[in-house]
Amino acid sequence: MKLTLRIWRQSGATGRLVEYPLDDLSPDMSFLEALDVLNERLVLAGEEPVAFDHDCREGICGMCGVMINGVAHGPQKATTACQLHLRHFEDGDVLTVEPWRAEPFPVVRDLVVDRSAFDRIVAAGGYISVPAGSAPDAHATPVPKPDADTAFEAAACIGCGACVAACPNGSAMLFTAAKATHLGVLPQGQPERYSRARDMVAEHDALGFGGCTNAGECTPACPKGIPLITIARLNADLLRAHTSRSDR
Amino acid sequence: MVVDTIRLYRSTIGKKAVMAVTGAALFLYVVAHMIGNLAVFAGPDALDAYGRWLRDIGVVWPVRVGLLAAVVLHFVAAYQLTARARRARGRYRHRRVVQGSYAARTMRWGGVIIALFVVYHLLDLTVGVLNPNGVPGAIHANVVADFQHWYVVLAYTVAVLALGFHIRHGVWSATQTLGVTTSRVVGLGVAVVVCAGFLSVPFAVFTGLVS
Repeated sequence: MKLTLRIWRQSGATGRLVEYPLDDLSPDMSFLEALDVLNERLVLAGEEPVAFDHDCREGICGMCGVMINGVAHGPQKATTACQLHLRHFEDGDVLTVEPWRAEPFPVVRDLVVDRSAFDRIVAAGGYISVPAGSAPDAHATPVPKPDADTAFEAAACIGCGACVAACPNGSAMLFTAAKATHLGVLPQGQPERYSRARDMVAEHDALGFGGCTNAGECTPACPKGIPLITIARLNADLLRAHTSRSDR
Repeated sequence: MVVDTIRLYRSTIGKKAVMAVTGAALFLYVVAHMIGNLAVFAGPDALDAYGRWLRDIGVVWPVRVGLLAAVVLHFVAAYQLTARARRARGRYRHRRVVQGSYAARTMRWGGVIIALFVVYHLLDLTVGVLNPNGVPGAIHANVVADFQHWYVVLAYTVAVLALGFHIRHGVWSATQTLGVTTSRVVGLGVAVVVCAGFLSVPFAVFTGLVS
């Protein structure tokens, strides 16, 4: 199988697209394996390999992610770039491969961006404060099944950054909402529910992310299918945080 | 209930909440305006009498002041959020819009088109200087004089469709922002009703149903 990859190469402040024809690919390879094939060739030729983030390669760690022809993680829905197989492309396709782009996600090198802004949003409130001792019994705090399902749906977020990359406003509201909601709907997360929403949104804004306009570009890009209603839940909690005296 | 207004407004969601609330106020006005317009179908006297009645009960100026405040707040928040989004978003060499509706993508320029139209509309049917008839209080005659001209009908049609798109995304987006999600179909439904109501007047005049 043949593909031509036009890959963003950047080592300093600016970069450019470089075209790499690949003609020894298998349709069963993942997209990252195609990059591996290219890098092997580049290394053997004494050139600098393409830098890209990856780790588990089974779609659960959130490390990988590139824009493939303008779509975060490529054309396959609910799929990370590492789980995207080349059979979803046509033989001979020309694919433009770019890093996530947003002001708070500076490019480190080639396709690698610095996503530590996400860590700062989580550090601002994406936790529950409990005395750390031995793990409590699993059934010590009853959780209604619908709440558990909602929390789990949000907790599926792997923090890959596709939502930011796809957003026309450069907003990280889907990520922030997922991290706030998966705690906010559980009994263990109630004490800090509203201060969590307030502090995480304040950090999100301070980091320079844009505001959400409910354009809906993030959810189809999300490899974990986090729904847009998650953002509505965060909005409700944030408004509540600023409209009541409790929990300031 | 104490609203921590300043801290709330400093957040992006707070600005959106301001847009949602002012947008809701403007939307309610638009619906009332659309229903009031339908008086044109009850004959010349009905529309002029409706206009006199609005003045007699004294709602005209309070409503104008309220609308102006809503428009200013709506615009300022939109401007601030737009400027912020321009700084934040990435610029791709190759970009494809995946899902976002046409309505969602045209909220900003659509809003500008509506604002420019409102200026024309006020000069046309409120002040009267751009109206072919332009007699104060003779609302029916002014409206009929307007829509004899295809270009006036066209201008109103474009503006009403822009308003329809704005409402389609705006109604749904406002509920989402205020934390009560409804179906997107609701936004589409009210947009169609508002468009149909507003457009019925120019087309009825243009086709001679109302004269």
